[in-house]
Amino acid sequence: MSSAQSSVTPSTGRLVIAWALVGVPLAYGVYETLTRVAALFG
Amino acid sequence: MGWLDRERTIAPPGFNRWLVPPAALAVHLCIGQAYATSVYKTALVKHFGASLTEIGVIFSVAIVMLGLSAAIMGTWVDRNGPRKAMFTSAAFWASGFLIGSLGIFSHQLWLVYLGYGVVGGIGLGIGYISPVSTLIKWFPDRPGLATGMAIMGFGGGALIASPVSTALLKMYDPNSGAKGWVASGESVGKLFLTLAVVYLAYMMFGAFTIKVPSEGWKPAGFDPAKVKAASLVTTDNVSARNAVKTRQFWLVWIALFCNVTAGIGILEQAAPMIQDFFRQPDGTSLASAAVAAGFVGLLSIGNMSGRFAWSATSDVTGRKRIYMVYLGVGAVLYTVLALAGSTSTVLYVALAFVIISFYGGGFATAPAYLRDLFGTFQVGAIHGRLLTAWSAAGIAGPLIVNAFLDAQGKPGALNAASYQPALLTMVGLLVIGFVANLLVTPVDARFHEPRPGRVRSEEPALEG
Repeated sequence: MSSAQSSVTPSTGRLVIAWALVGVPLAYGVYETLTRVAALFG
Repeated sequence: MGWLDRERTIAPPGFNRWLVPPAALAVHLCIGQAYATSVYKTALVKHFGASLTEIGVIFSVAIVMLGLSAAIMGTWVDRNGPRKAMFTSAAFWASGFLIGSLGIFSHQLWLVYLGYGVVGGIGLGIGYISPVSTLIKWFPDRPGLATGMAIMGFGGGALIASPVSTALLKMYDPNSGAKGWVASGESVGKLFLTLAVVYLAYMMFGAFTIKVPSEGWKPAGFDPAKVKAASLVTTDNVSARNAVKTRQFWLVWIALFCNVTAGIGILEQAAPMIQDFFRQPDGTSLASAAVAAGFVGLLSIGNMSGRFAWSATSDVTGRKRIYMVYLGVGAVLYTVLALAGSTSTVLYVALAFVIISFYGGGFATAPAYLRDLFGTFQVGAIHGRLLTAWSAAGIAGPLIVNAFLDAQGKPGALNAASYQPALLTMVGLLVIGFVANLLVTPVDARFHEPRPGRVRSEEPALEG
């Protein structure tokens, strides 16, 4: 049984929250690391 | 605990598959903390009155347990589904921190070995492989992109854990403002307790967000025939038990082992290496400690971004070709680094960045490579067995580099030339990996699982 299924989300809010929960800490970590990397080019 | 079973995690119609990568990332970002142990290493040395080596064993035990648990538990993970696997991984990972903190508070180093090393290491292994086969099933059109996103989290976890742990240690230790401050053991114990709670919550979010696609699901507009058009991609399935009997599994194992060994060679020595490469005749280095720390940070970014970017690229180029780049171009870049790396800081930094991005890319592309060769049936379990290459490389990489450097002189007196034997050995390893990857061909049909209406007469023997 093969049924192609649309990927339209029933809850965009849930998607935004899920990505924010992982994206915000990751962005913070990358930012903190880049401030250290700045010493390389300073 | 039936609510953790695979059957209870089947996605309802209309479920958005883009909810699966953040669920996977939630787990990988947490277990990626394993690469941020240097933050409290000195504090533990002081607290236990132990040597650096004795404290380093905590991390080594955790990585060995990662490889072993991934290899042993892979089939269990595939059978029970991602929710139960993530839940179990969270329980082990958080318990590891709790037992570790008990060891710190009670001055019992063996409890830290048992907690963070053994118990936490099991959480690492199960957590690492838990979302892989689910992601591949949700993204049959872009498996490299999907696994790259998750495995990128393992590289990114340290970027978060490192500054957060430093801030927490300062908050927990009243003497943090003192000159030459080293965090107290008590503050590290409190850090472990905090991490246990936070990681448990995050990983539970992942466990209860992830879902598996229903039988026969495929993304809108996806045509499996187009994927099959690539010669190495199979629509058949090979069990984990049979996969390890094939030549292809061991060729990919060798390719991954060589790629990881070469990458670890640079990662392990990153900070002293850049200072040694630019050491002047009077013994001083053009690269200060701050520059070295910045270099380590840049490599972390390269490691993380390579996991995503190269793995996603492999969906276009094919897995075998991208591994030829990791290993072939990697060998050339390593040679330039060994012979001309000391001529310019920019050249040195650029070469190391690309080499480390290949290291990360090798990890992230491996599950999709296995999917291409062995199908989706037990790809998580096969991936678990492949990760023993990582454990072996974790021992071989530092051994090779340290043995060569020990023969060249004492730390602080080394220069660029001192690194040439070690780096050129890594070039040799990369060439071996390149040849192994070149020899990868489609898996013989006798290893395929029988399709409905087709019966296999006997179990296939080990491939010669």
